[in-house]
Amino acid sequence: MKKESMQSTLKIVRGLGSAREGTSHFIGQRVTALVMIPLTLWFITSLIRIALSPEIHIVHHWLASGINASLLVFLLVALFYHAKLGVQVIIEDYIHCSCLKIAALLANFLAMSGLGLVSVLAVIKIHLIHLV
Amino acid sequence: MKPNTDSKPQRPLSPHIGIYKWQITMMVSILHRATGLALVAGTVLLVGWLWAAAYSADCFIHINHLLNTIVGRLLLFGWSLAFYLHFCNGIRHLFWDTGRGFEKHTADKTAWAVLLFGSVLTLITWYAVLVLR
Repeated sequence: MKKESMQSTLKIVRGLGSAREGTSHFIGQRVTALVMIPLTLWFITSLIRIALSPEIHIVHHWLASGINASLLVFLLVALFYHAKLGVQVIIEDYIHCSCLKIAALLANFLAMSGLGLVSVLAVIKIHLIHLV
Repeated sequence: MKPNTDSKPQRPLSPHIGIYKWQITMMVSILHRATGLALVAGTVLLVGWLWAAAYSADCFIHINHLLNTIVGRLLLFGWSLAFYLHFCNGIRHLFWDTGRGFEKHTADKTAWAVLLFGSVLTLITWYAVLVLR
């Protein structure tokens, strides 16, 4: 026998309910935030040292280290995932026209993935220069 | 009751920010979004800087020159302040996630603490840059 629903037929037709992605969004945002607490502080202290003599070979020397390159890739992935989630919430809150909203969400996803990929690739490239 | 024929029912809306008295908790909440967006803009510079370091030495020198101008330094200072404010308020949010700190007077105090610690950390960072140099 079919299970009885508490919702009226009209309600069932109108709404599909939640997209069931809220929890992963929430957890993803929190986990990336937690991870970035130490990573951003490490990054800023590294940047201060680089800023003392901002020459390209200083940056290359810094990223020649496997630990530094790995930590920076880790930070960039967490950062752009966190940024994507944050901008997504702002878009969902303030853009109500649905086709504009979908376009903005798509642009957000593409922009954040693109920036993340380009930056990670740059770090890997610098790191590999010193292995050849 | 009149049947609603629209696909979306007309529900009452909560009052918008215009009618509220400005409060510190509200300001810090708005600031969290504003700094978040500012930091997203800042990541474009970060990506450009890393890309230049990897692919174009000329571009890298050029970017560093631009960052060394007054406008460049002001932008960096602004981004560092935005970062530390977002950082401190992010920790406040994580603290809220444990289910604590929602009382009105506590939320007010932690909001002020965000502004205080965010500014102090920014000043410490730039003090470190200037002293080491």
